[in-house]
Amino acid sequence: MPNPILQVDNLEKRYEDVHAVRGVSFRVHEGEVFGLLGPNGAGKTSTIEVLEGLRVPDGGRVSVCGLDPQKNPNELKQEIGAALQATSLPDKLRVHEALRLFGSFYRRKRKTDELLRRFGLEEKRHAFYSQLSGGQKQRLVLALALLNDPKVLFLDEPTAGLDPQVRREIYDVIEELKRERKTIVLTTHYIEEAERLCDRVAIVDHGKVIAEGTPRELKQRSGDTARVEVRLAKQAPNDVLKGLDAVVDARELDGAYVLHCQRTAPTIVSLVKMLEATGNELVSLEIATPSLEDVFIELTGRRLRD
Amino acid sequence: MVLALRNKMFFFFSVVMPLLFFFLYAGIFAKGDPTRVRFFLGPVLALNVMGSFWGLSATLVMYREQGILRRFHVAPVTASDMLASSVLANFILTLPTVTVVLLFARFIFHVRDLGDLLAAFLFVCAGTISFGSLGLVVASITNTMQETQVLNQLLWLPLIFLSGATFPLGYLPEKVQGISVFLPATYLVTGLQQATLSSKHVGELLVYFLALIFWSALSFFVASQLFRWEPETKIPRNAKLWAAATIIPFILLGIWEYGNGQMLKQARDAHRILEQSYSAPAPNGKS
Repeated sequence: MPNPILQVDNLEKRYEDVHAVRGVSFRVHEGEVFGLLGPNGAGKTSTIEVLEGLRVPDGGRVSVCGLDPQKNPNELKQEIGAALQATSLPDKLRVHEALRLFGSFYRRKRKTDELLRRFGLEEKRHAFYSQLSGGQKQRLVLALALLNDPKVLFLDEPTAGLDPQVRREIYDVIEELKRERKTIVLTTHYIEEAERLCDRVAIVDHGKVIAEGTPRELKQRSGDTARVEVRLAKQAPNDVLKGLDAVVDARELDGAYVLHCQRTAPTIVSLVKMLEATGNELVSLEIATPSLEDVFIELTGRRLRD
Repeated sequence: MVLALRNKMFFFFSVVMPLLFFFLYAGIFAKGDPTRVRFFLGPVLALNVMGSFWGLSATLVMYREQGILRRFHVAPVTASDMLASSVLANFILTLPTVTVVLLFARFIFHVRDLGDLLAAFLFVCAGTISFGSLGLVVASITNTMQETQVLNQLLWLPLIFLSGATFPLGYLPEKVQGISVFLPATYLVTGLQQATLSSKHVGELLVYFLALIFWSALSFFVASQLFRWEPETKIPRNAKLWAAATIIPFILLGIWEYGNGQMLKQARDAHRILEQSYSAPAPNGKS
């Protein structure tokens, strides 16, 4: 592997009363899409904002494109592009003006027209920022992030708060960037997004990286098991559930029982037999193919979306 | 290069308000004869220019609160770039209004002699930049829009009432006149008034001019040190001390000016010219 384009070692970030990032380390190579997956408040945004040079770290070492964001902030910012969370543009700024304005800050820049075409904003070029829909705003944000043809692109929750259709639109855009071999670091709390877009994923919880690898590797780590989620009329002891055929792991989560099993059919058969024998009833049953959600549940005992 | 483009965004916000503001004042003050209009020219221009701090502080705080500054921060833009461009944008937006005031005075109110226009222009520059910088300091020491507006009010009222910008200084009691020498606004108003009413050139008003320039530089420096991009970062404790440091030049200058009395004498002389215009019949018959 060539030298990583981005390197984070033991990053620490504290706010007044929160220890948001507690020793995060990872590397990102050129042309890779790297995802930080974790629930809200896990420290993803703090991490990415240190990399962008927006926040001062309290410990650890960070290098992006060979630059230290604290020592060479302006050099670094020439090289990166970013779509931030919790940001906005002046209401009365027009789309093409926004692109021209931000374009004026960079030495290397892409053509406004090309970006407008690519992000489907040609018709809106004279519209005020305040007149754009949520999806259009997000597309403009992405267009702005690509203005300087960045070496590393940071996307902080690029689809948070968008409706599913718009979210898919944004995925298409990111996948296109991926085909162009752009180096992208993105944060998300959507499983689907991490699995679909990322070459490698670091799962983050309580300010720490708790697992890292390709989505496939991570899923294999949890034994490539399927997940059977059941709700029962009466409580059932955990060790009985664990003893069911083909079950690897069983745990209770928000009033449901989550069974990880090698094969679903034997598990369900033995489950039904057990219920009959104990006079219990099945309220609901759901089978899910293995996903990063299972990895997260296994590692933390919690669901990602909580 | 960067700055000129950036103006665009400030344009929409700041062009409408100052214009309305001007027409209001010009309308009220300009009802008299040309001599009186000429007397009020200085204060009207000063008010116009001083308004800078209000607009600038509000815009900047709004941009911070809405996370707009964050977006600039992730681009290669420094705090000084951001502040300088907003001061510059504000300056460019003030010029048309100032020009309109002068044209108004000349052609609608028939003021034949507008005084030393170069000196007036230099004071407009110094005033816009210095009060703009004051706005930057206000933005840097307040956390929310409400705080900003309260602080703006607190600054605005004494600045306009005790500096001769609304009531001529000559109307005010002696003691209040004493206070006025400590206010930067008085230096601006007097400078502008001496330039327009008494045709003084810059050389004769150098102290006022340099005081404003020095104050701009100091305020700008303090504002760039205290600049915050993120809505949730609060002001550090020592920030208010920094901000307080910006008033030092005018305390010192005020003490000197208090002893020397030059400025107040000029203001009173100007006021006498105004009063004479009331006792003498108006030259062109209007009143």
